Amino acid sequence: MFDTSLTLADLGFLAQGAAMTLAVTAVSVIAGTILGIVFGVIRNQAGPYWSIPLTFLLDVFRSVPLLIQLVLGNAAQSIFKLGWPPFTTSCVVLSLYTAAYCTEIVRGGISSVPATTRRAARSLGLTWWQDMRYIVAPLATRVSLPAWIGLTLGVMKDSALVLWLGLIELLRASQILVTRLQEPLFILIICGAIYFIISFPVARLGGYLEKRWSPND
Amino acid sequence: MISYSFHWNQAFKALPQMLDGALVTLQIAILSMVVGLAVALALTLFRLSGNRALSGFATGWVEIARNTPALFQIYMAHFGLGNFGIHLSPYTALLVGIAFNNAGYLAENFRGALKAIPDTQARAGRSLGMTPLQAFRYIVLPQMLRVAFLPATNQMVWAILMTSLGVTVGMNTDLAGVTQELNARSFRTFEFFAIAAVIYYLIAKAVTLIARLFAARMFRY
Repeated sequence: MFDTSLTLADLGFLAQGAAMTLAVTAVSVIAGTILGIVFGVIRNQAGPYWSIPLTFLLDVFRSVPLLIQLVLGNAAQSIFKLGWPPFTTSCVVLSLYTAAYCTEIVRGGISSVPATTRRAARSLGLTWWQDMRYIVAPLATRVSLPAWIGLTLGVMKDSALVLWLGLIELLRASQILVTRLQEPLFILIICGAIYFIISFPVARLGGYLEKRWSPND
Repeated sequence: MISYSFHWNQAFKALPQMLDGALVTLQIAILSMVVGLAVALALTLFRLSGNRALSGFATGWVEIARNTPALFQIYMAHFGLGNFGIHLSPYTALLVGIAFNNAGYLAENFRGALKAIPDTQARAGRSLGMTPLQAFRYIVLPQMLRVAFLPATNQMVWAILMTSLGVTVGMNTDLAGVTQELNARSFRTFEFFAIAAVIYYLIAKAVTLIARLFAARMFRY
């Protein structure tokens, strides 16, 4: 018979790890999305003096491994004597990382709104803000949402890397259990299953929305 | 105020070692990409085959690869396979983990690319007397690769970034591993990792540029 020394308390420990993963993901995605929307609007609307340096800066976040970014972020916060706990550092780095991807998504969404539609709005007397709020936002959201869901899932998976800064999230929690119980395969499968259960339904929803909302059918 | 004094000299002295590490990084990325492409092609064929078991296997692979973290997959290769008495070195475990991940994402790319090719293309090939395999090989595959090329390039960049995860399973010859080892010896964390970040950035940009030039040459009509 299958025999394991995994107890209910250990499963609770894994659940705590999963809660940490979700907490880091939630904070980073919310902050990253707000930043991403701001940057996306800047990239689309403010002239090249703003958008070119911003594009370059955000591209760095997408071309350097997240692990290196986390280590650098942690080193930087200790150089500046900020005294952040690992959770804050992780969230700040992951937020910037999310923002870099979100900017692209927002930019794509905004530029998918036909210029004529926006000009029509402006010539009806809407202000720039009203145009953004009532015309661009609803149309752009429709285009961007599936990609944004994909990004959220990506960040959830990438948040596993914060274990390097000593945060006990899902993967680190299962690693601790592996070290103690010496049953690597079984515990890792549980860990993978938890990730899968979180990720798969949302991924399906994203796929469904993409199909449902795709503009050309 | 910043009371930290930077020691860039020490970091620059280690540059040759780090560049050697960068070569290993590139090697793993390329190998994992080659294996990933081959497996992804097989998975795509499995999905098309109509055989329940084969397409179920392919779908399972793709969903697991896409819905769990890459780091988890590397852990699985390094720690998980130990249960079966298979003990992989960090290098192999990293390669297996990334190749597994690449294969899943690339198979999904291929599926999307296949959808972009009308069925009539394969049917035209068939009615010219080609066998199903010939029609796939000569008609569908070239068009599919053209559509899938850009996403595959992105995957290559991803593979390069993912190699940095090897350091978590004790890899010490790739760029991240070498950097971590230097860091452990001198505690000049910021300097060493900043240089590593620059090297990763340059590699990623170089790969993107080469791929663009290649695509411009290959797919010009």
